[in-house]
Amino acid sequence: MDEVKITVRDFDFYYGTNKVLHAISLDIPKNRVTALIGPSGCGKSTFLRSINRMNDIIPGIRVDGKILVDDVDVYGSGIDVVSLRRRVGMVFQKSNPFPKSIYENVAYGLRINGLRDKRKLDEAVSRSLDRAALLDEVKDRLNASALALSGGQQQRLCIARALAVDPDVLLMDEPASALDPIATQKIEELVFDLKKNYTIVIVTHNMQQAARVSDRTAFFMLGKLVEYDDTRTIFMNPSVKLTEDYITGRFG
Amino acid sequence: MPIIKTSEDRALRLGTGAFAVFVVLLVAGIGVVLTQQSVLSIRKFGLAFWTRSTWNPVSGEFGALPFIWGTLYSSLIALLIAAPIALGIAIFINEISPLKLRQPLSYLTELLAAIPSIVYGLWGIFVLVPIVRKLELLAPEWLKKVPLFTGPPLGVGMLSAGVILAVMVVPLTSSVAREILRGVPMTQREAALALGATRWEAIRIALGYGRTGIIGAVMLGLGRALGETMAVTMVIGNNPQVSTSLFAPQYTMAAVIANEFTEAADELYLHALIEIGLVLFLITIVVNALSRILTRRVVRA
Ligand SMILES: Nc1ncnc2c1ncn2[C@@H]1O[C@H](COP(=O)(O)OP(=O)(O)OP(=O)(O)O)[C@@H](O)[C@H]1O
Ligand SMILES: [Mg+2]
Repeated sequence: MDEVKITVRDFDFYYGTNKVLHAISLDIPKNRVTALIGPSGCGKSTFLRSINRMNDIIPGIRVDGKILVDDVDVYGSGIDVVSLRRRVGMVFQKSNPFPKSIYENVAYGLRINGLRDKRKLDEAVSRSLDRAALLDEVKDRLNASALALSGGQQQRLCIARALAVDPDVLLMDEPASALDPIATQKIEELVFDLKKNYTIVIVTHNMQQAARVSDRTAFFMLGKLVEYDDTRTIFMNPSVKLTEDYITGRFG
Repeated sequence: MPIIKTSEDRALRLGTGAFAVFVVLLVAGIGVVLTQQSVLSIRKFGLAFWTRSTWNPVSGEFGALPFIWGTLYSSLIALLIAAPIALGIAIFINEISPLKLRQPLSYLTELLAAIPSIVYGLWGIFVLVPIVRKLELLAPEWLKKVPLFTGPPLGVGMLSAGVILAVMVVPLTSSVAREILRGVPMTQREAALALGATRWEAIRIALGYGRTGIIGAVMLGLGRALGETMAVTMVIGNNPQVSTSLFAPQYTMAAVIANEFTEAADELYLHALIEIGLVLFLITIVVNALSRILTRRVVRA
């Protein structure tokens, strides 16, 4: 078994009185890609956003149980949410670049971190763009507006922006669902490369995508974790009938 | 263009179109009437009307400069005071206050806009002016040498006018700014937060996203301040002079029209007053047009 990066134990999540996650327990391995699959509304995004406490901004939420990143309880007292989010980066379903230049988008996380040195910023920006496989396409126009990029480029820019602050974990919520097949393939290749240095958790509705990029797959339904195993096992030889029905498309 | 057009659609288009045209004609008509009714003054003083500072009905010498100055200066002071407060209120209501408080708070700020101008004026005379006078009396001698603070401490004057205008402008500016902030996608704030931004840094991202719209909101406030009449008339001192001093009693375009219109005995006097109205009309149109363009651009983006 690989080294564990994120440990989840009996995790419950409530929007007000509505309980949407029920006693989730799983171990997410370090430097691997873990896919979260399941029908719409089953709580994948809620779970993902619980790991970096993005749900905190929604009024009336409540959690129970534990999520440990590197053995530290992210809901424990005394945890600094800001530094947690620097270590656990996130890429959203719809690309959301700031209305700034390409350069400033990538530099943003470093600037709010207090980095002023122009040379270090330059280096970090091009290194991050390179890791996100975008550098070649934009290196001549770093000062152009990020909004002028194509959808797929914008999404890779958002990945570069997340990588710039040097997180260890990258959470991705359907990062390719709004993209065409070629842009999607680029993102998938990128995810595959990134796992050398990052622990990646990715939500996807695309079964082939989960099968292609992930090492482990968790199948959620109605707020419960139905099955969690090696991706190969989940797709070739699932032990729960529900899982098999879902991945073979017998229900949606 | 829809392919199928029912007669109802056509009636709707014609009806609303007619209203739109009517409004445009109305505005153009106002411009034409103001020009016609001030033609004597326009002929006699030409463009110099904008830059002369004499205002002497007895000798028939008229210049609009002190009034233009007073209007712009008081509006600028109002803007400097109101913009940060209005922005603060908008940020608090939209980004910080608990959900339950949002409705009542927005309602309360908008209630301020419903208070009639004359009531603000009375409040100005009985509450604001005495306070401003006390503050002016406290000003040390060295401060009174600064051009902003020269002259006797009267209470009535530019400072009181600016403050009262600010109070009147805040509701409009803050409610437009609030709408702009509400239009900023949540994903922008989330993007910042996910990168380890603090709450304030995320708010700054939202402000940056709505930048032009917020400038528009401030300009709308400016448009309101420029045309405000009653309350300002009651506290500004009504003295046509061009002075940088906040303590000095001055005058505005709207105030001079309101005060002197019924006394304007000869035709040239009347035409000069109406020409001031024309100048005010033009300045307000330009400011409002600019602010609309800015706010619309953001709402679309
Ligand atoms: N902000 C919210 N307030 C209240 N309930 C919410 C909120 N967000 C999600 N929910 C509810 O929580 C449940 C899980 O939603 P979630 O978005 O996590 O599902 P998901 O698996 O990501 O779905 P999808 O595949 O459609 O993205 C749903 O029943 C949803 O209605
Ligand atoms: Mg989701």
